Amino acid sequence: MGSQINWTALWVFLGFFVLVTVMGFWASRWMAGPANKGAHLDEWGLGGRNFGAWITWFLVGGDFYTAYTVIAVPALVYAVGAYGFFALPYTILVYPIVFLIMPRLWQAAAKAGHVTAADVVYGSYRSRPLELAVALTGVVATMPYIALQLVGMEVVIKALGLTGELPLAAAFIVLALYTYSAGLRAPALIAFVKDLMIYIVVLVAVVLVPLKLGGYAAIFREAGEAFAAKGGATGTGLQAAQLLPYATLALGSALAAFMYPHTLTGIFAARDADTIRKNAIFLPAYTILLGLIALLGYMAYAAHIKVESNNDVVPALFSALFPSWFTGFAFASIAIGALVPAAVMSIGAANLFTRNFWKPYVNPNVDPAGEAKVAKMVSLVVKVGALVFILVLPTKFALDLQLLGGVWILQTFPAVVFGLFWRRFSAGPLLAGWAVGIVGGSWLAFSDGVKPVHSFHVGDTALTVYTGLFALAVNIIVVLVLQALAGKRQA
Amino acid sequence: MRYLLALPFIGLLWTPFYNHELPSLFGFPFFYWYQFLWVPITSLIIGLVYLDDRKKGVK
Repeated sequence: MGSQINWTALWVFLGFFVLVTVMGFWASRWMAGPANKGAHLDEWGLGGRNFGAWITWFLVGGDFYTAYTVIAVPALVYAVGAYGFFALPYTILVYPIVFLIMPRLWQAAAKAGHVTAADVVYGSYRSRPLELAVALTGVVATMPYIALQLVGMEVVIKALGLTGELPLAAAFIVLALYTYSAGLRAPALIAFVKDLMIYIVVLVAVVLVPLKLGGYAAIFREAGEAFAAKGGATGTGLQAAQLLPYATLALGSALAAFMYPHTLTGIFAARDADTIRKNAIFLPAYTILLGLIALLGYMAYAAHIKVESNNDVVPALFSALFPSWFTGFAFASIAIGALVPAAVMSIGAANLFTRNFWKPYVNPNVDPAGEAKVAKMVSLVVKVGALVFILVLPTKFALDLQLLGGVWILQTFPAVVFGLFWRRFSAGPLLAGWAVGIVGGSWLAFSDGVKPVHSFHVGDTALTVYTGLFALAVNIIVVLVLQALAGKRQA
Repeated sequence: MRYLLALPFIGLLWTPFYNHELPSLFGFPFFYWYQFLWVPITSLIIGLVYLDDRKKGVK
């Protein structure tokens, strides 16, 4: 790859970047129909709660399958093989869960004008501590996630031959400004461009690359041989010890996915519950895309790509196999793919801060226009914070935190979901379960040196499971036991 | 009808069932095409449940 600037690719890249920037600023006027509430958090933070099935499909697709995913999933598959494919069952199983839970959550939110999951929790249980627990978990889990979008962007900027931190900072500040002015409408509009670009890139890659490299059978064979030479827990099939971690990572990640503020923001912004149900049917199209993206990790072996850092696999593969104009297009799709989730994440975090911290603890009399003002400022702070985070701290720190963030966000599942289906739970047991899950999960993860899985030794067999899922099980047991001791909730 | 939604979980979480190379399809080992196949199947199942819910008037 080298540090040579690829001018053709750079111009194509810049062209698309300018296009989405213009769209981002223009978006403040997009879909501002007669029902517009003007200066209201529903407008800035949820795009007017008026997104239909198509917009929601592009928005959630663009927001859930992030740029970091496009870089990190193939990187993991390149590094370890089949094990990295857990992203595929994860992003399949998430949709039955979305179909069952999210329309109910939307209804609870729409009825009472809730903007965040923590609002819904407060609405069900009237408990400020539980509301704060859910909101705080959401913000803390999202911050490193935003930082990782920057990593995704950094990787392609570097691959274009640009050096220094200025291009990354400039791109992110532009993003921060149009998110400030247009709110959720900006990423919703940009998501159309981003998703179409990524579909084109991946479809071209999965057709063209095997043609150049001798077909899929050859790609799997070359990858298999490379793993055999490498040894360790790698290979194009799972090793016996990976069967359980694979399944528990898939299930745990699927349960966690729509507990994050950015995915929930997409849900709350939908026009009606039916929009969400339809999306649960059609969003899996992106999962096919993700599975194909994961295969890029194997194609790198067939193309004999050598990289210093696994994260460089995708850009290196594109640079090696595509003409430079298409490389620029592909890199732009990844960079824009970072902008959409980063914007939605910062909006989701800002909504949480405003509704579940500012309003209850700082200014209880704040009106919806005031809420919008606070949220806009917070979205700026959050993005600048993520930028500083990436520029100052080692990337490993963001990676570890994001991993822990997954364990933490999963612990909000009982508090957010149980109340939608059963009336018997009360705030105390849910809060206790959350606390046990957070502390226990973090402790296990730290004791393993911040690894996603933990091994339990039963006799002489070792059972290795996703730490977050184990912590969730303990969390739920605590909730059930304490609730049984306390008796049914007084209505 | 809603119980159909359990099928993807059974099909995908029981990893020993599909952790094989053969039979392969279009060069893809079984492990890969089997999991890919669950994407349209899951879509279809959710779609069926959706239509059934609508017929029954589930809100």
